[in-house]
Amino acid sequence: MPGALPSGEPVPATGPVPPGTPAGEHGFGVYAHVPFCASRCGYCDFNTYTPDEAGRDGYVDQVLAELRRAASVVTPRRVDTVFVGGGTPTLLAPSELGRILAEIDRTWGLADGAEITTEANPESVDPSSLRELRAAGFTRISLGMQSAAPHVLKVLERRHTPGRAVSAALEARDAGFDHVNLDLIYGTPGERPEDFAASLDAVVAAGVDHVSAYALIVEDGTRLATAMRKGVLPYPDDDVAADRYLAAERALTAAGFSWYEVSNWARDDAARCRHNLLYWAGGDWWGLGPGAHSHVGGVRWWNVRHPSAYARAVADGWPAVGRETLTADERHTEDVMLRVRLRDGLPLEHLDEAGRKEALRQAEAGLLDPAKLEAGRVVLTLRGRLLADGVVRDLLTAT
Amino acid sequence: METACAPIRILFPTERNAVPPTLDPGSHPGATAPERIRNFCIIAHIDHGKSTLADRMLQLTEVVDARQMRAQYLDRMDIERERGITIKSQAVRMPWQVREGERAGEPFVLNMIDTPGHVDFTYEVSRSLAACEGAVLLVDAAQGIEAQTLANLYLALENDLHIIPVLNKIDLPAAQPEKYAEELAHLIGCEPEDCLKVSGKTGEGVPHLLDEIVRQFSPPVGDAGAPARAMIFDSVYDVYRGVVTYIRVIDGKIEARERIKMMSTGAVHELLEIGVISPEPVKGTGLGVGEVGYLITGVKDVRQSRVGDTVTINSRPAAESLGGYKDPKPMVYSGLYPIDGSEYPLLRDALDKLKLNDAALNYEPETSAALGFGFRCGFLGLLHLEIIRERLEREFNLDLISTAPNVVYRVELEDGSEATVTNPSEYPTGKIAKVYEPVVRATVLTPNDYVGAVMELCQGRRGQLKGMDYLSSDRVELRYTLPLAEIIYDFFDQLKSRTKGYASLDYEPTGEQESDLVKVDILLHGEAVDAFSAIVHKEKAYNYGVTIAAKLRGLIPRQQFEVPIQAAIGSRIIARETIRAIRKDVLAKCYGGDITRKRKLIEKQKEGKKRMKMVGRVEVPQEAFIAALSTSDAPADTKGKK
Ligand SMILES: Nc1nc2c(ncn2[C@@H]2O[C@H](COP(=O)(O)OP(=O)(O)OP(=O)(O)O)[C@@H](O)[C@H]2O)c(=O)[nH]1
Ligand SMILES: C[S@@+](CC[C@H](N)C(=O)[O-])C[C@H]1O[C@@H](n2cnc3c(N)ncnc32)[C@H](O)[C@@H]1O
Ligand code: SF4
Ligand SMILES: [Mg+2]
Repeated sequence: MPGALPSGEPVPATGPVPPGTPAGEHGFGVYAHVPFCASRCGYCDFNTYTPDEAGRDGYVDQVLAELRRAASVVTPRRVDTVFVGGGTPTLLAPSELGRILAEIDRTWGLADGAEITTEANPESVDPSSLRELRAAGFTRISLGMQSAAPHVLKVLERRHTPGRAVSAALEARDAGFDHVNLDLIYGTPGERPEDFAASLDAVVAAGVDHVSAYALIVEDGTRLATAMRKGVLPYPDDDVAADRYLAAERALTAAGFSWYEVSNWARDDAARCRHNLLYWAGGDWWGLGPGAHSHVGGVRWWNVRHPSAYARAVADGWPAVGRETLTADERHTEDVMLRVRLRDGLPLEHLDEAGRKEALRQAEAGLLDPAKLEAGRVVLTLRGRLLADGVVRDLLTAT
Repeated sequence: METACAPIRILFPTERNAVPPTLDPGSHPGATAPERIRNFCIIAHIDHGKSTLADRMLQLTEVVDARQMRAQYLDRMDIERERGITIKSQAVRMPWQVREGERAGEPFVLNMIDTPGHVDFTYEVSRSLAACEGAVLLVDAAQGIEAQTLANLYLALENDLHIIPVLNKIDLPAAQPEKYAEELAHLIGCEPEDCLKVSGKTGEGVPHLLDEIVRQFSPPVGDAGAPARAMIFDSVYDVYRGVVTYIRVIDGKIEARERIKMMSTGAVHELLEIGVISPEPVKGTGLGVGEVGYLITGVKDVRQSRVGDTVTINSRPAAESLGGYKDPKPMVYSGLYPIDGSEYPLLRDALDKLKLNDAALNYEPETSAALGFGFRCGFLGLLHLEIIRERLEREFNLDLISTAPNVVYRVELEDGSEATVTNPSEYPTGKIAKVYEPVVRATVLTPNDYVGAVMELCQGRRGQLKGMDYLSSDRVELRYTLPLAEIIYDFFDQLKSRTKGYASLDYEPTGEQESDLVKVDILLHGEAVDAFSAIVHKEKAYNYGVTIAAKLRGLIPRQQFEVPIQAAIGSRIIARETIRAIRKDVLAKCYGGDITRKRKLIEKQKEGKKRMKMVGRVEVPQEAFIAALSTSDAPADTKGKK
């Protein structure tokens, strides 16, 4: 079951933002959502549908229709990043994904050296499809590996073998991708410390330049949540998650990675995901496809979720169903919430007097880097990264 | 919010309110000969059917017609209706034409008072008794005599009232009227045949009961020519009318448009309205000897129209006032705090308003380091506490925390000084010579089979057996002296569960005793949390400490540092638990572009944080205080068998 959309105000018939809205002053991104998966993993609440749940016919054309409509209201100078996510984008043929890219290029123009990512499931790519994706213009690929332990993959209800993810990563490098990422999930019931250590060894051995490691989140409405409620599986343990995180930090750092966001590690600055950084820095982007979210100049909106509703909507209008115009307060909350998680941190002057005092207190408590604070940046320590939500909360509620 | 404090939904229509024809013409208020009046109340153990019987009387006497009728008509407050119990006494004037016997056909006026049965409201019963010549003692024919049957009977006898014993609910298949008639007759010293048998549900036997009320109860006596004297037996605040004062005239006559005088203060008031309740207010021209009714003077505070005071006429005042009532003394105390500290002024206003209606409610501002600004409130008992709390929350929209109820202690210090402690955190720190705690005389009525279980319970609660009587072959009355503190903590629940619900309890304060008491403090990260301090018997201190510490450990979320929870007597630690430091508090999942969802999560957490109270550096959620302070004893359960 996909998670719910936020509730916001209705979207005017003239579109989520008025024509001529300035966009992309600090870079512009395009996200394209591909809401299809071969089957749904037990923990997943993303907006994605199996073949019984939604058809894929005409999908790319619908996305292109939305894109043309988008071009009538925003005209960024150029597109700096593209991210095709899912779902499983690679359930579509590389040529189909290529059509989306080509149309983005024709519409707004892709910048030189643009970062163009697609997500992929390990079992849905092979050396030839990877070469085709590369040829279509993709420069970066993000593969969902999750774990190197077969019994963990089984609990997660993943369809691939552990080895497949590593091979896919190697094949992607051979195909000429500049950047390759592997996603890991830690803290799955049944995962032992040595299982996660093996997962870390595997991603390092795969030679990727980027790793995302996420703590397993039990989302309402998922099969995983049901199993836990019924006591079939134990709930994840925060202390275990903390141990895993520290293990990830240790292993990845030793292998030459460094963290740049709480859940993300990169081999060097060039390997950081620029598209995600744009999200976290409050940049502008247009999200295409069912359930996709967009942000332009302080207005956030989101599209109707189901692919068939989306198809109907784009046929003669806007697929956006809700939006919000951020208040100064909300912008501030987002700014603190997102930037504190980055290695580059939050400029201290973004905080008010009380927030700055609180930051000092947190540095004393070992949660913020005192030297960086001295230099005017709010940057988490390793311990602070594990308690980042508390840090954000305290910075925002300090009086 | 104004209407919020009008719990009594009596409507006071004005001019258009003529005396209804059913209030037979010969007996206008103010013009009724005392010989034609009978004043009585219905008393019983909780739930034995007083209000239901009152319903049948209202119908039979035609003061309420079928269309307006609803079950327990006189339970007017929402809270009474929801809980199915009477909290406030209600007096109603009803005409009755005797149906059978020598006086068949003669018209009479009956003033009936329906009273509460719960032990917390015994005070209401005693006030009502003082306005009557007779009492209908009702006993559930399926239950027999219970603790408040005895307590209320003794109260009525102390007031010199004539008693008509009545067995109710004879329609029930489980009813054993013969058996309990025997019991009841034995108790009051009459013949079993003297016990009337009725069903408040079907109405069977009720006309005969009304005839007997006329026959057996004596009419009020008073000096019609003397200066007026009327006893205030209730005083209620109504948002629209101000204070409505209920009186029973003893001598003389109080007439509309006269100025009245309160004899205790000498205060003189304009009389705006006088009348009777039947069962809605009916405006009249006056009230004469023996009559029961209401008056309105326009005062806004019930304290200016005090229960127990005597009303006279200013132009021809009486020389001597009638004997008053003793003010009810609070038995238990609890701190009430608004969860949102900014609601403190609202809480104060709300208490002021409730106090207008409830002389038994006491409160004084207090501050708690843990809970902020609030009030230390005195109550008649746990049900009273719970009801006040619920009304504050419901009628005034307040969210409250209440601290664990405690009794009043008297502490003698070695330096000869003395302190009265209504809040455990104010327990003196100096060298203590002696501590005294209030004790009660408790009466437990139980079937024979459970005597052992009851004794065991009472012994565990430091009780001293004072006597034991067989009320009948299988019903036993046990009399104990018990510390009040032992009764207010889950005693009733225990009693009910150990006797399968068959035992009943009544108690009354009898004084104090010296006891081996200590104050147990609960320390969170080294800081005492005043809200959890308790004064307990030495032998129970360890148990209390361990229980609360364990409870808190489960309720307080992990903090960024380790938090020890300790229970201490003075500087001696008697129990310890530890809340381990939280190690992970971060959402690590890819939300992609759905920043909105992420922000809403943080906003929710921010809200949650605002609801935290700081104890030193420890964040404690309100819920933890609430849960930790709630005892297993839910006073709501005092309905027992229901
Ligand atoms: N079967 C039967 N049930 C009755 C009779 N009288 C009262 N009840 C039921 O007994 C319960 C208690 O009745 P109430 O009239 O509220 O009792 P009460 O004595 O006024 O109770 P308190 O005011 O709380 O002390 C209700 O459920 C009534 O319906 C009766 O004669 N027969
Ligand atoms: C947008 S998903 C889609 C990627 C791709 N479909 C796949 O699963 O391989 C990106 C990543 O989010 C992470 N993820 C998804 N659901 C999660 C959950 N419930 N808890 C933690 N991480 C989750 C997984 O690591 C996943 O690879
Ligand atoms: S493959 Fe990815 S998007 Fe699809 S169900 Fe699994 S986790 Fe979700
Ligand atoms: Mg009642």
